[in-house]
Amino acid sequence: MEKIGILIEIKDGELKKTNFGVIAAARDDCHELYAFLLDGSGAEFKSHLAYYGVQKIIDISSTEGPLEWNPVSWSIAIIHAMEHLGINTLLGLTSSQGKELLPRIAAYLDAPLVMDCTDINLTEHTVNKSQFSGKTIATIKANGLSYIYGIRPNAFEEKPAPCEAEVIPYQTGPESEGLIVKEIKQGASKGIDLSEADIIISGGRGMKSSENFRILFEFADVIGAAVGASRVAVDAEWVPYSMQVGQTGATVSPKVYIACGISGSVQHFAGMKTSGLIVAVNTDPEANITKNCDYYIVSDLFEIVPILTRQIKEIVGEDQLTGTK
Amino acid sequence: MKICVCVKHVPDSAAKITIKGKNQFDESINFILNPYDEHAVEEAVRVKKQVGDSEVIAVSVGKKDAINTLRSALAMGADRAILIKTNIRADSVITSRALKAAIGQDGKPDIIFTGKASIDNEGFQTMYRLAAALNMSVASNVIAFSLDQERVLVECEMEADARGIIDMPLPCVIGTSKGLNKPSYPTLPAIMKAKKKEVKIIDLESLAIEKPMSSIEILELKPAVEERSSKELKGQPEEVVMQLIRVLREEAKVL
Ligand SMILES: Cc1cc2nc3c(=O)[nH]c(=O)nc-3n(C[C@H](O)[C@H](O)[C@H](O)COP(=O)(O)OP(=O)(O)OC[C@H]3O[C@@H](n4cnc5c(N)ncnc54)[C@H](O)[C@@H]3O)c2cc1C
Ligand SMILES: Nc1ncnc2c1ncn2[C@@H]1O[C@H](COP(=O)(O)O)[C@@H](O)[C@H]1O
Repeated sequence: MEKIGILIEIKDGELKKTNFGVIAAARDDCHELYAFLLDGSGAEFKSHLAYYGVQKIIDISSTEGPLEWNPVSWSIAIIHAMEHLGINTLLGLTSSQGKELLPRIAAYLDAPLVMDCTDINLTEHTVNKSQFSGKTIATIKANGLSYIYGIRPNAFEEKPAPCEAEVIPYQTGPESEGLIVKEIKQGASKGIDLSEADIIISGGRGMKSSENFRILFEFADVIGAAVGASRVAVDAEWVPYSMQVGQTGATVSPKVYIACGISGSVQHFAGMKTSGLIVAVNTDPEANITKNCDYYIVSDLFEIVPILTRQIKEIVGEDQLTGTK
Repeated sequence: MKICVCVKHVPDSAAKITIKGKNQFDESINFILNPYDEHAVEEAVRVKKQVGDSEVIAVSVGKKDAINTLRSALAMGADRAILIKTNIRADSVITSRALKAAIGQDGKPDIIFTGKASIDNEGFQTMYRLAAALNMSVASNVIAFSLDQERVLVECEMEADARGIIDMPLPCVIGTSKGLNKPSYPTLPAIMKAKKKEVKIIDLESLAIEKPMSSIEILELKPAVEERSSKELKGQPEEVVMQLIRVLREEAKVL
């Protein structure tokens, strides 16, 4: 059985749920799944990973203990582990961490790499990914001796497939090659990451000011959504760039995308067109977004969003009371 | 100081992509300097001004029309340019090897700026391959950059508005993101002046790049189907919100 490596991401001490989509993408009858964890949490997540069909958990650490985050030493550690175990296919998320690690690994190994895959065939070494700001889907064949793929978060549905898993500790030397991570600073808009959220509510020019984004954050708080923005809102400095969705911002695939006061430019669609359900709230019935969404409401967002938040709050409250959620 | 900046000639994001044959597209559309690379050029020019006695060289791998993108970079303040001309749509393995060879021929730079991604391929990798080939340190998604003697200090965008503060030695490769700077749009005199700046054209074949072990092959291009049925939810605000909640519950199952 061919071995497939999966780079697992942990955030704030939890397994990111988008990992399970990557595991689902890698899984089939003729492959054995190896999960790589680098922060010393391998044993902790054993049962969780086994539930999704991972057979081997490679708990990577340095001879001096758990590896501190450093993209160079992490990439080298993964390469050593792959070589040690005879693994020549690696899958990870096209997340910020994946964007740091997967290309480094591909560059060191001189392996082909495709980021942001939405479909994959590990036997044929073919993948699908969108190109040209989401206007086309390319079927790409990777040729080489090893293969690295970044999977688009939420592109694959998680599928439980319980099995037995074994934790294998693997130690590498502490390696630092000039690049030093001095610190990680948390920005102002802490919250759910856009690529992790099931629901994203985004605001555009229609929001009119920075303060007005508060109503989107209030909605997001109630339901556990992330808040996004159009480029206009970012360029006006109402919100930080990390919130921008679109061709020159984040590419997202939540289950629900709610666009408030956003006209639906090609460049905005480039970042959210693969969302499950697209909902628009716009005062203009002719806005481009109303022609290419699932549901739209022709109304003032300042009226609709607060009502939505209030009603959901009531439902969430009721569910908590009756214990159904 | 010698600063290189890698710029790619890409289809304008507003242009319609018409697929030709199995894996080609109609290239008679407007092409632009890759938007992320504008930040790379801007930063290169800024560093040059700051350090003084420096040179900024824009480099591109592309068809002969890519010269227009090099002219844009020159108008933004690059001093001269190199076009590595090829008729193939080079993948990032070939591209990085070509960049390495041409940059190496020209003399090793102290810093190489690139964008964080090209908007056509969305490869997210050329800077890492280039850095590995030249044995340099690399950081991408950079939103703050400063020089300190023989080292550079950068801030890299991470998840949910976090930033990694990274210290690296020179020479290095820097992939720029949007938050780094605001590209200035060239003035007419700058555009006129750019026409007189040197653009050296090298044929990709003449670089005699060894055939790499790995490659990316586009087997097929298809238009993304994106027809959605667009139903309007109508009624008084309270009613439409109830309808929306029903959709979130029953259809999207997120409530
Ligand atoms: C190279 C390039 C890259 C780009 N990258 C991106 C990108 O990554 N992301 C991005 O978003 N854009 C990007 N753009 C910009 C894009 O072209 C559009 O300009 C932008 O998306 C428009 O933002 P908007 O929808 O918020 O504003 P507008 O197009 O002005 O739309 C505002 C909408 O709000 C509605 N509205 C106003 N008031 C209300 C109200 N009270 N209630 C409800 N609705 C209201 C209006 O009817 C209108 O439809 C890019 C452009 C270029 C050239
Ligand atoms: N053909 C090219 N010519 C010059 N630079 C390029 C080329 N392709 C990619 N690059 C650079 O590498 C960055 C990342 O590209 P990519 O790996 O294709 O996403 C771009 O932003 C450019 O700066």
